[in-house]
Amino acid sequence: MINAKINGMPVAVEEGTSILDAAGKVQVKIPTLCKHPDLPPGAGCGLCIVKIKGSPKMFRACSTPLENGMEITTHDPEIVAVRKTVVELILSNHPNDCLQCGRNNDCELQKLVADFAIRQEPFEKSLRDIPKDTSTKTIVLDPQKCILCGRCVKVCQEMQNVWALSFLERGFCTRISPAGDIKLADSPCIRCGQCSNHCPTGAIVENDQTSDVWAALQDPEKYCVVQIAPAVRVAIGEAFGLPIGTNMTKKLYAILRRLGFKAVFDTNFGADVTIMEEGSEFIERFIHGKGELPLITSCCPGWVDFMEKFHPDMIGHFSSCKSPHEIVGVLSKTYYANKIKVDPKKIYVVSIMPCTAKKQEILRSEEMFASGMQDVDIALTTRELARMIKQAGVDFVNLPDEEPDHILGDYTGAGVIFGATGGVMEAAVRTAYYIVNKKMLPKIELEEIRGLKGVKTAEVSLNGKAVRIAVAHGLNHVEFVLDQIRHAKAKGYELPYHFVEVMACLGGCVGGGGQPYGVTDELRMKRAQGIYQDDRGKQLRCSHENPLVQTLYKEFLDKPLSAKSEKLLHTHYKARPVYAK
Amino acid sequence: MEKKTVFIKDTNRIVQAGKDFDTHFLSYVREVGLEEVVEVTRVADIGIYDQGVVVKIMPGDIQYAQVKDTDIKRIVDETLKKGNVIQELVCTKEPKQLRVVLRNCGVIDPDSIEEYIASGGYQGIKKILSGMTPEQVIEELKVSGLRGRGGAGFPTWLKWKLTREAQGDQKYIICNGDEGDPGAYMDRSVLEGDPHSVIEGLMTAGFAIGATKGFFYIRAEYPLAVERIEKAIAKAYDYGLLGNNILGSSFSFDVDIRLGAGAFVCGEETALIASIEGKRGTPRPRPPFPSVKGLWDKPTAINNVETLANIPVIMTRGGAWFAGIGTEKSKGTKVFALTGKVKNSGLVEVPMGITLREIIYDIGGGLISDKDIKAVQTGGPSGGVIPKEYLDTPVDYENLQKLGSIMGSGGMIVMDEDDCMVDIAKFYLGFCVDESCGKCVPCRIGGYQLLRILNRISQATGTLEDVDKMKKIALAMQKASLCALGQTAANPVVSTIKYFEEEYKDHIVNKKCRSHKCTHLLNYSIMQDKCKRCRICVIHCPANAITGDKEKGFYVDQKICAKCGKCFEVCRFGAILKE
Repeated sequence: MINAKINGMPVAVEEGTSILDAAGKVQVKIPTLCKHPDLPPGAGCGLCIVKIKGSPKMFRACSTPLENGMEITTHDPEIVAVRKTVVELILSNHPNDCLQCGRNNDCELQKLVADFAIRQEPFEKSLRDIPKDTSTKTIVLDPQKCILCGRCVKVCQEMQNVWALSFLERGFCTRISPAGDIKLADSPCIRCGQCSNHCPTGAIVENDQTSDVWAALQDPEKYCVVQIAPAVRVAIGEAFGLPIGTNMTKKLYAILRRLGFKAVFDTNFGADVTIMEEGSEFIERFIHGKGELPLITSCCPGWVDFMEKFHPDMIGHFSSCKSPHEIVGVLSKTYYANKIKVDPKKIYVVSIMPCTAKKQEILRSEEMFASGMQDVDIALTTRELARMIKQAGVDFVNLPDEEPDHILGDYTGAGVIFGATGGVMEAAVRTAYYIVNKKMLPKIELEEIRGLKGVKTAEVSLNGKAVRIAVAHGLNHVEFVLDQIRHAKAKGYELPYHFVEVMACLGGCVGGGGQPYGVTDELRMKRAQGIYQDDRGKQLRCSHENPLVQTLYKEFLDKPLSAKSEKLLHTHYKARPVYAK
Repeated sequence: MEKKTVFIKDTNRIVQAGKDFDTHFLSYVREVGLEEVVEVTRVADIGIYDQGVVVKIMPGDIQYAQVKDTDIKRIVDETLKKGNVIQELVCTKEPKQLRVVLRNCGVIDPDSIEEYIASGGYQGIKKILSGMTPEQVIEELKVSGLRGRGGAGFPTWLKWKLTREAQGDQKYIICNGDEGDPGAYMDRSVLEGDPHSVIEGLMTAGFAIGATKGFFYIRAEYPLAVERIEKAIAKAYDYGLLGNNILGSSFSFDVDIRLGAGAFVCGEETALIASIEGKRGTPRPRPPFPSVKGLWDKPTAINNVETLANIPVIMTRGGAWFAGIGTEKSKGTKVFALTGKVKNSGLVEVPMGITLREIIYDIGGGLISDKDIKAVQTGGPSGGVIPKEYLDTPVDYENLQKLGSIMGSGGMIVMDEDDCMVDIAKFYLGFCVDESCGKCVPCRIGGYQLLRILNRISQATGTLEDVDKMKKIALAMQKASLCALGQTAANPVVSTIKYFEEEYKDHIVNKKCRSHKCTHLLNYSIMQDKCKRCRICVIHCPANAITGDKEKGFYVDQKICAKCGKCFEVCRFGAILKE
């Protein structure tokens, strides 16, 4: 243990703890714009400077470990003056269009400017004239607003292993951009949106499509339906001041109707269908030996894009099953349209997703048009929906609970846990176990594959055969698993795993790139707890038990992996170049 | 007769009978048929000043001063042929310079490992490998008191000790040859002139810290240095001085070269490491220090070229000998690149503790012009300006820092009344702004804003408030920048404001640049009493700012004048007033 003093208060922390973190233990918040709890210190902003007794210098609290006997001063007039100058300098290089900015009222720089009571700009405005990059249509890069904290670059390179973003040029001309100064759409970017989630300012934001949805809702020719993803319900409350992890499912159903949607569905229903298909696919491969093992999950579009670009040799291992919201999309325009006798061309499907990559996924291949038209018309992030609710002026938090439109809305506990890392696997195992072993799992909760460890493994028995499963989340953890598989295949060894779940974002969808800002491990855990609580509260916790899913197969799809299922609910993958040009 | 080398330093190049001194000398050597055994070399500097022509004969280290053409015959006949020393010619003046680092530069053939060995080279490493422990090497270095010559002055022995004590299966030693200060070429001269001494220093460091691999990081703009180091490394391998089991010991050491791509900040050690690793050359926060987590996360020591060139001498002559030179806290010598308004510009190596006045007047020969000295700039772009009042300060790390400058890598620029302090600050700051890596705010934006203010002041649009703003930015840069480049980039501004605030105010309030450097503040007018009305200024004025006629005289329209100074240049009667 390290014993030191911060502002005269004794503090004891573990060795290696930074001054910044140690200060937190004595309720002192040192400002910073570049340090993020997810990332190692980058030391780019120069705001977290503190004094250490005995040295004339100032030190960066983010990257200086506390040492025994140190006496730290975190705030004095000189330190505050230097910090204020640094903020003023940043401001001199940052546009003042806060009112029109995607991060207005939710911007770390704006907050600091307010905290430091900066009432005028002492330095000449010197903006860099760098155009926005809107090429991906999912994530918008506005380098002019970038303060070069480097979080996005670290996230993209180190957390996600994608290496789409980097710094170009030097000195005052430094800017973020894909290497080689190409468009983001032509870069390796997988649209996971983690950069936007970690950006302290409005330099990287999602492509806001709320006005398109408002327009659709106003259009009498359109029959708007909506679905919400599992992870949205436990995160959106944060935008309304509710505790992290609060489950807002029933209030979401209510608000979406008030916004004007004619039917409110739940992606969790699609998740239950996914399990029927993907679980059956696994049984086909594992029990009947049809297809390659291990089977790898494919509901995460960021991961699919990453695999197609960086690991195309794994295509044969991928589940061909579409992601849950695509399933709800295609069923809305076929099964549901037929039921309510509405021309499917009029049906306009909106997906509310914790994810920016979903904006890209809805157009990714011709299979996303399985209904004969685009199955999902638009994907909004949690952040965008929060904005729409605020625009509508409805007191969201105090709405009465409502139910979904049952036909594509009811879900089991297995459907909702899709939102947390390990959830897809857990849901699949619950159903596969039942189908193969003809009985329920003795313990339905697979604790081994929950939580934030980068790679989690477990073993279950199907028909007396051991199934080894692995769960990876955060793309920098994936390579390790894939290499184990490749190694075993190349050497002809026994496979390390039979079934692998991958989610691009750390924590799974609860930590998705389209979720409310301020993501940390603690927050991911709390959101996941909200999801697991939902699961625990459900009477039916296995996808095959969902009566409406059973009806769907009886009335429409016949059975999992039927010809109709294959046509509507499955897709193909192809190798894509890492760089488009 | 054994081979001899004659060095001739002829400051004023007196030409007699169509030939200068060295040509005369060479002619006579040929005349007596000694050209096969006597090599005559004219050198730019020999370390003795104001002593007329100086002739130095090696081996033997015989130095003659005040040599005349008429002495050539007896020097050749007596000294070269017979080996007799002509006492009356022997230079009696104590040399101000002391060449430790540059001991072999210009003396031996840098491509010849034999000459290096003959001059005592590789004796240090031999001594070490025949029985010293790494701890003893570090102890010897501790006794010597050698401090890093890259600028910061960190005790070299401590750096080695920390790297030695750090845990790691592999350790590295890097020679920092990314010299980038404008006007500095100390490291370049050593790398080009005495590559083996740096290799030997690197080997010694490798032995001391437990590294088996060393890197030279040399900027690509030094092709000759790279070539010579390459050749020297190859030769050292041939001689078994690099590779496995050096000199029959258990010590193995390999050396490789990496080229810097021209970023000044890559001289900062963490940025240098990033550059070798193939990453963007930007500093990273310390700790962890490179001695714990350096190149590829392994314990790494990084030493400057000049530091390493000191090592072999310390090892052969002992740390105590080295500690006998210099001041209490700064031991040994320091090489400076003396330049500016000084008569003898060039590299000078002096013992620590010598005063600035001695360097400028005794070695540099004083100022070129008859103008008064104004200040000395030391430490390159990270350094500061020292006004003439402090010329008698003994030069060492602490004293320079106290004066608001730094030792830096050893740039020393002498300035006279023609040098404008705002302009000087602008020049150095401009360099640092160009070279900022862009990583952290105080340096990236602070430097840029500071430069904008300086530009305003030199363009007559500055305000007194700007001086306070500059102080404010400078404080933020010094306190909150990540690396030394940013922390010191404001030094030229801070020190010029500290010592020459009046000059700034003169620019701002009176819109005057006393040194006539800031063109926007200049005023050109025609002195009617001197003007012969020849119209040459009218013809040459590119802005057509001069109007008038032969009757009424000619006048400069200040609103149109572009301050280019063309009229001043072309007037043959000195009738243009520049103020």
